[in-house]
Amino acid sequence: MSEITAEQVAHLANLARIDLSSAEIDRLTVELGQIVDSVARVAEVATPDVPATSHPMPLTNVFRDDVVVPSLTVDQALSGAPDRAGDKFRVPAILDEE
Amino acid sequence: MTSLINQTAAALAGLLADGSVSSVDVTRAHLDHIDAVEPDVHAFLHVARDAALATAARVDARRAAGEKLGPLAGVPIAIKDVLATHDMPTTSGSKILEGWIPPYDATVVRRIRDADLIPLGKTNMDEFAMGSSTEHSAYGPTHNPWDLNRIPGGSGGGSAAAVAAFEAPLALGSDTGGSIRQPAAVTGSVGVKPTYGGVSRYGAIALASSLDQVGPVTRTVLDAALLHDVIGGHDPLDSTSLTDAWPSMTAAAQAGLADGALKGVRIGVIKELNGAGFQAGVKQRFEETLALLSAAGAIVSEVSAPNFEYAVSAYYLILPAEASSNLARFDSVRFGIRVNPEDGPLTSERVMAATRDAGFGDEVKRRIILGTYALSAGYYDAYYGSAQKVRTLIQRDFAAAFDKVDLLVSPTAPTTAFKFGEKTEDPMAMYLNDITTIPANLAGIPGMSLPMGLAPEDGLPVGLQVMAPARADARLYTFGAAVEQLLEAHWGHTLLSQAPALANIEMFATEGGAV
Amino acid sequence: MAKAELMDYDKALELFEPVLGFEVHVELNTKTKMFCGCANEFGSGANTNTCPTCLGLPGGLPQVNRQAIESSIRLGLALGCEIAETSRFARKNYFYPDTAKNFQTSQYDEPIAFNGQLTIELETGRLVTVDIERAHMEDDAGKLTHMGGAAGRIQGADYSLVDYNRGGVPLVEIVTQMIEGGEADSPEIGKTYVAAIREIVKALGVSNARMEEGNVRCDANVSLRPRGSNILGTRTETKNVNSLRSVERAVRYEIQRQAALLHAGGTITQETRHWHEDTGTTSAGRPKSDADDYRYFPEPDLVPVAPSRAWVEELRATLPEPPAARRKRLQADWGFVNLEFQDVVNSDLLDVLEATIAAGAPAQAARKWWTGEIARLANAAGVSADSLVTPAQVAALIELITDGTLTDRLARQVLEGVIAGEGTPSEVVASRGLAVVSDDGPLIAAIDEALASQPDVLAKIRDGKVQAAGAVIGAVMKAMRGQADAARVRELVLERAGSAAVEPAPSGSGE
Ligand SMILES: [Mg+2]
Ligand SMILES: [Zn+2]
Repeated sequence: MSEITAEQVAHLANLARIDLSSAEIDRLTVELGQIVDSVARVAEVATPDVPATSHPMPLTNVFRDDVVVPSLTVDQALSGAPDRAGDKFRVPAILDEE
Repeated sequence: MTSLINQTAAALAGLLADGSVSSVDVTRAHLDHIDAVEPDVHAFLHVARDAALATAARVDARRAAGEKLGPLAGVPIAIKDVLATHDMPTTSGSKILEGWIPPYDATVVRRIRDADLIPLGKTNMDEFAMGSSTEHSAYGPTHNPWDLNRIPGGSGGGSAAAVAAFEAPLALGSDTGGSIRQPAAVTGSVGVKPTYGGVSRYGAIALASSLDQVGPVTRTVLDAALLHDVIGGHDPLDSTSLTDAWPSMTAAAQAGLADGALKGVRIGVIKELNGAGFQAGVKQRFEETLALLSAAGAIVSEVSAPNFEYAVSAYYLILPAEASSNLARFDSVRFGIRVNPEDGPLTSERVMAATRDAGFGDEVKRRIILGTYALSAGYYDAYYGSAQKVRTLIQRDFAAAFDKVDLLVSPTAPTTAFKFGEKTEDPMAMYLNDITTIPANLAGIPGMSLPMGLAPEDGLPVGLQVMAPARADARLYTFGAAVEQLLEAHWGHTLLSQAPALANIEMFATEGGAV
Repeated sequence: MAKAELMDYDKALELFEPVLGFEVHVELNTKTKMFCGCANEFGSGANTNTCPTCLGLPGGLPQVNRQAIESSIRLGLALGCEIAETSRFARKNYFYPDTAKNFQTSQYDEPIAFNGQLTIELETGRLVTVDIERAHMEDDAGKLTHMGGAAGRIQGADYSLVDYNRGGVPLVEIVTQMIEGGEADSPEIGKTYVAAIREIVKALGVSNARMEEGNVRCDANVSLRPRGSNILGTRTETKNVNSLRSVERAVRYEIQRQAALLHAGGTITQETRHWHEDTGTTSAGRPKSDADDYRYFPEPDLVPVAPSRAWVEELRATLPEPPAARRKRLQADWGFVNLEFQDVVNSDLLDVLEATIAAGAPAQAARKWWTGEIARLANAAGVSADSLVTPAQVAALIELITDGTLTDRLARQVLEGVIAGEGTPSEVVASRGLAVVSDDGPLIAAIDEALASQPDVLAKIRDGKVQAAGAVIGAVMKAMRGQADAARVRELVLERAGSAAVEPAPSGSGE
């Protein structure tokens, strides 16, 4: 049985910026536990001698020339904004974090 | 009576080219049929009727003016809602993007426009392509044209149902773990996941970047090849795009129609994808197909891929991990909906969290939390790191198998289309449904699904999955076209001609009899 | 915020040993951003340099800028780093409204450059070698403007505005190892280290290196270790200290603040701190917590960067002489005393001076003109000296002085003409008719007239009071509108005063 706790799920939800209700947290705690129990078996064959594969095709050094291409217009850039002020995106107050 | 809507794309292209029909006629026929069957099927999230007719008229005018047009010019196409379109809403099946119209086109969308295909609209999908049934769409499920009480597969159930219900001859899909192939299998259509990097991902809303691939959804192998030739090839905007000079997939498909195309082809049956958990009728049709292939001169043998049993686990770590990061941008700042918390101060952080709670569905939240967990400090090595090692082992299994055979085959899905709600309560059961299709995504190799009959017990379509080594997409088309021809000759008709009529629309004379 | 107690600096050093660390972010001056083709330019209209990729729109994908890779490798080499055989980008996941994708594309376990060293020289001549842990590539965030509440402060703002023009601009983050043994020099080490980085990136041409525009930004880590202990203290990270003087002040302030707190029995919180330029203080920001779980993983949308050894050597061959070595060489070549040389360096005139001397000007004359008249005019106009005239023009001007065509005073007028766009110094001399009159004829006529009109002066000179000649010289120079060589005039005045050719005019005349 996995070790996933409701506190852990609440912490993950905070990291992922999802305001889960306590009912959602409880349900996810159970589901996540079952899923994690099931998928944890990857560790059975993931021995130290096996290299990791992050990309399915082994490419390297894919670069773009340093040449300016046209940007979006300001109106295009802001066309989907839920809120704007002038030519900027407007967001609610940011608490002192950084 | 044969109408415009049940022609293949290749046939329509011929009729358009020789002036027998106009693109406006073809487009209107499809739009009218969409109007008639959509109340039952719900394959589309958006239908661009006026724009489609206007585009068709322009193509007709250019053709009339003697302009040389591409092979699929004037042929209608449906676009999975995962692809950015500058003139149609793009939601990826999610409420969080309701009404969003991107300021740009995905590369594949630009390519189909440049090739003068006629975009009909956007097709339904599981939210952010997370699902195997289209039940996770925020806009209601799509219904399988073969049985409206059943799922059309997922996540690209909308695209598959659209072509299976003759609403469009062609559609675009995306395949992260089977989202093109599995819907094709359960709707009796054809779907191809190209080699990773073969088709641009620029403008495709990312689910899992290292697994996603855009591909064709059609009713025939040749049509898929025609569409693949339009959308494929290098795109500098996608850094994982391959620079290969690809052969013509159309020519490859045509080569499969030649006599003896199957002679001497070495076919590997993957032992691990042919065992327990497969529906009897699925197994039966698979065995019959193998017998037909042998009879046609193919050399069928069994190969083993011992690490496939870890594929689903690895997939359900890699996918949520990448998805949790890809979906972080949905934060109510630059696009999409914004939802304020019910009470408390309106801070940026709280508004983001409230928006993401209200805007994401349960399955999306489940996978984001799982992915956040798999990447978090202290768990990375055991989960994400191990999953990437399994990926290496699966690539090795494929490499060993392709040392012995030219192509690998399996049923595309363990079962035929299941009923709505049958698996939504048990996420793990739903995940296990993808066991057959996931390995190809983990390894980056191309895969195709084409119909191989109806399961005797329920009369529903069964799909054959074919896989080729990376970059050998053409081999799939040659083989697929040959198998399709072999099976249709054996049945005496196409599989989709056996689909039940929808909404009192008379499409085919009913011929009866199981395929 | 309550004002922090500070301990006397000398006492703080008696009790504690400061341990430093710096993270310097250098904004590269590529034409385009790190991962998209949008222009990398400062001061454009808000959100005009954005695209689906740098706006983090659904479906946007990154493409690596080759020039940014080259600049990073060159910078790594200039810092004495090894260049990775294979390097990759990683996603650093955290939510913040200025971060369009809500992850920063950075490097984590495989940075492009690592294990470097930089030796800096303090004013006392003390050499300090700073070990560089790594230099990695990443993209910058957009710019937030906080509205409402106290002027521009995040605290108490009603809402904020975001401009993503800077989002995606290429950065190289240079991270030092712990710097121990700095002792009382610690603040100066901070300042000198950042100055050295700035000088290097400028010499390489990889950054505009303007700290006031945020091209070079410093985070300063400070911790204190009690004397006699070998256990490291808890460190604070003071963010965005964006001038050389501020780096020095911030390090000093943190040493004094932490010392007071520790001495009073308090503990240091591991936290980020904000630097306040106006008050010269730091204040607490966000404490480090499990919210700092950035969930790094390899960026799946980008493939590894594996620079071939041949490419690295090609780039190494383009490195300029290290700035410190260059300074030593130039000072010796030019024979400047420390104060003279420091003046040139501090005025940012090393490059133009070198070019002026290369164009043939004597070193002292070049220094005198650039740090004197040209600097004065530039200062008055609020522009940089090198924007007024070119080294070639200054060298030509000095040449005209050396060959006697111009006096210093005339040369100043010629300089004005050159700055006004009237042409080369020779052209200005010609068009304004400013050359020194070298023919003695007109000079003698003017001198004779002046002596005749000032019989008392003439008498004094004849009496041997040679210094009285000054009045006549002044009058002659005035009559010649400055276009005479004062030394020659003096010679001639004495000569003419001694000859009988000059007779005083009748009194009352010549007034
Ligand atoms: Mg950084
Ligand atoms: Zn951009």
